[in-house]
Amino acid sequence: MKLELRFFASLREALGTSQESIDVPVSVKTISELRTFLIQRGGVWTQALAEGKALRCALNQHMVDANTALLEGAEVAFFPPVTGG
Amino acid sequence: MPIRIQEHDFDLSAEIAALRKGDPRVGAVVTFLGTVRDMNDGSQVKGMTLEHYPGMTEKALEEIITQAKSRWDIYNTLVIHRVGPLLPEDQIVLVAVTSAHRGEAFAACEFIMDYLKTAAPFWKKEDTPEGARWVDARVTDDAAMARWNND
Repeated sequence: MKLELRFFASLREALGTSQESIDVPVSVKTISELRTFLIQRGGVWTQALAEGKALRCALNQHMVDANTALLEGAEVAFFPPVTGG
Repeated sequence: MPIRIQEHDFDLSAEIAALRKGDPRVGAVVTFLGTVRDMNDGSQVKGMTLEHYPGMTEKALEEIITQAKSRWDIYNTLVIHRVGPLLPEDQIVLVAVTSAHRGEAFAACEFIMDYLKTAAPFWKKEDTPEGARWVDARVTDDAAMARWNND
């Protein structure tokens, strides 16, 4: 499944990238599975996306929880809890 | 429901005048203006940079305002949020709500602000004497939002 990944704020800095086009295996079906898949890349990915890190996620620019199913061609964003206002 | 994300400053009086112009039903305008403090978590703040998620930011704010309009009898809303580099005393955010009476406008304005704090994708990076640091989300902001679900 093809996805457009986006990363913001401290997570963007930790990963050294703000976006990436990716083609994930069919076994990766949810946001949570995508995070685990990215963690398995090792290095900064393992550290920055580790399960203990408080991260939020958006699917096609709407905030969703980790159990949400991925969609073909979707824009998936990971970021820390928001601090605007 | 105008929503504007911009780097440049805004004129509070001009914005309010434009918001209520031509609508004689309006009897109350409530505004919240957020500004940059020079202290946070015990450190001096020399300045900050605000990052956001273009596209999602506007969608999130539209959803927040739609919810407010379904809960309270309000006429018009305005949200302006600045991004980019800011200095202490600068204006960051404006939420303005018009209504016939103050009660609805006060409640809707506070609701929009509480939701913005927890659901709109903005992030602050502060410049302090100890170096640059990303601001951590506050538990008190989550609590402020949660109380709207208990009413």
